[in-house]
Amino acid sequence: MKALIIKRLLILIPMLLVVSLMVSLLMSLAPGDPVSQFEMMPDVDAEYLQRLRQEFGLDQPWYMQYFHWLGQVLPFSYHPDAASFWQRFDFRPNFGFSYYYRTEVWDLLVQRMPATILLSLTSLVLAWVIAIPLGVLAAIYKDSIFDRISQMLAYAALSIPEFFLALLALVFAAKTGWFPIGGFTSVEHDFLSPWGRFLDIAHHLLLPTIVLGIGGVAGVMRIMRANFLDNIRSEYVVTARAKGLAEGAVMFRHVFRNAINPLITAAGFAFSSILSGALLVEIVMNYPGIGQLVYNALLQQDAFVVQASVLMSVIMLMIGNLLADIALAMNDPRIRYD
Amino acid sequence: MIRVSVMTSSMFKELLRRPAGLTVFIVLVLFYLVAIFADFLSPYSVTDQDLQHTFHPPTALLWKDGGLHVQRYEMQSRDLSGYTPVVGEGSPLRFFAPGYEYHLLGLVPMSHHLITVDGPDRLYLLGSDQVGRDIYSRLLHGTRISLSIGLIGIAVSMCIGFIVGGLAGYFGGAFDNIAMRLTEFLMAIPGLYLLLALRGAFAESFTPTQMFFLIVFILSFIGWSGTARIIRGMTLSLRNRQFVMAAEVMGQSSWKILWKHVLPNVFSYLIVAATISIPGYILGEAALSFLGLGIQDPSVSWGLMLSQAQNPQVFMEGYWWFLVPGLAIFVTVISFNVLGDVLRDIIDPKQKFLRS
Repeated sequence: MKALIIKRLLILIPMLLVVSLMVSLLMSLAPGDPVSQFEMMPDVDAEYLQRLRQEFGLDQPWYMQYFHWLGQVLPFSYHPDAASFWQRFDFRPNFGFSYYYRTEVWDLLVQRMPATILLSLTSLVLAWVIAIPLGVLAAIYKDSIFDRISQMLAYAALSIPEFFLALLALVFAAKTGWFPIGGFTSVEHDFLSPWGRFLDIAHHLLLPTIVLGIGGVAGVMRIMRANFLDNIRSEYVVTARAKGLAEGAVMFRHVFRNAINPLITAAGFAFSSILSGALLVEIVMNYPGIGQLVYNALLQQDAFVVQASVLMSVIMLMIGNLLADIALAMNDPRIRYD
Repeated sequence: MIRVSVMTSSMFKELLRRPAGLTVFIVLVLFYLVAIFADFLSPYSVTDQDLQHTFHPPTALLWKDGGLHVQRYEMQSRDLSGYTPVVGEGSPLRFFAPGYEYHLLGLVPMSHHLITVDGPDRLYLLGSDQVGRDIYSRLLHGTRISLSIGLIGIAVSMCIGFIVGGLAGYFGGAFDNIAMRLTEFLMAIPGLYLLLALRGAFAESFTPTQMFFLIVFILSFIGWSGTARIIRGMTLSLRNRQFVMAAEVMGQSSWKILWKHVLPNVFSYLIVAATISIPGYILGEAALSFLGLGIQDPSVSWGLMLSQAQNPQVFMEGYWWFLVPGLAIFVTVISFNVLGDVLRDIIDPKQKFLRS
């Protein structure tokens, strides 16, 4: 297990290097730079823009910019003239400075990452909590009315574009006024009690979670049903029944634990589509996560923010897959990673 | 290639024998007919705007003087865009009458349309948008993008996937290693993030045709990796089968073996994998256009039309007809999803290679 974790984290290093190199190249291919939007303004003189470009290093070729960025990014820097001993060490990665938001990219990420991680996790949990019982019931009562209807609903849920669903949710929120339109917290969040803060965040999180979770429910349900059906037909079920085991014990102690294994692997893969879906939901529902950040940064050609957000999405995906593998090993003692 | 055509035709017959397969097949054929005859079916061109009729609700039809008429409406106030029907007034509808000029299939010049209005009133079967363009006409034209992007996209990515996967599986070694690392790399980035980063490399404005092919290129670039990995796995197992070994012993070239022995054996898989991945392309284009990074106004796509629904006025006033393109995307995607599932059931009933 330890070997697996170390190996995965080591793979992450070359992966991040290649991804960051690619994003740098792509961002440099785009015509114009963050400064060029000021060229249109009549009261900004060209000399000032030239100085800005020099200051940001935008006049250098892209690979020089990339190596400059790479040289600074490592999450450790030493400040010998800081006041106290501990302040001399800085463990924050230096992702550069955002041209558009006028702040450190790292600070932006620290603000936005928790919102996206929270949204992804809640919708994953929602999908599992609803889909697993439904999938099991659909498999046990195969070909019943319930099975047919849930299969049809699953098709429908899989086929609705996330941004369309998000739009519908927005209309719903605007019409009823039951839910806030966008945001992660309300204005008075800081003045609330801890319990009030929790409820406030939950209130803002509910609609995006449902929108993002619905596609997941359908996917998980279909996999669960198929796996359960596979396992119901296997011989150990016949053995267990022949031993005189109660039907509930056969289903839940034997079939269920076998059927859930592929689902854990699938959860690792699903994480990729959840992050993609979260990006759309965040943009449409104005939820301040990392997806909204990367979209706005792209429109503003804020290269460092795009760079850092894409890297963060890769890290989140890798860690999601790693956690899925660990969970798989915990559920299935046959799996060994050494 | 005879075997391949026999295989696909028997697959096709089996598809039509199943109720779900037959239903979605008919739906998709209808959609493709709409895409081809969009100009004939729509009363207005996609750019035909009328600033006197912005945010117009769907018009009612009435029967008067022995013919169908479109209801006349009176604007209540300029800023509210509210309309009240004028009782008993309207303009007659003409069928197969000449309207704006277009080219059928891009070749035959024509000007006849299924329905046109003879008079000052405008026919809005599904309402109008913020510059008074007919949403129904735009919806029909949007079919073209959504239904063609999937086909062209999978054609490109299936070719790349087969060539890379087939070569990697057949030759192994360094090429295999590099190709597989490349696919892992592409899969390590969440799809839409990669899509946005790739899109970021290109300029904002293109001609509509250039934009269409740019989107196809980007989506195929992301899409080929999954196919390549599965084809590689299948080729690896095929390589040790006797007929491939026999061909090798007989001195057939590697290309010929890939073409004559491997391709026919993975062909049915390719068709199913292609069908299953079509919705991804349709949704990808719709998402890009919705975000303002794909097809741009004044040309038309369903995703672009949906982005107009983000206008606050639209959902505060409840202009539901702006959401109809979403329904169109939904119906198209669900049809391809069902089609893919039915085909998979036919070809790979045990789901050995293709899992949902």
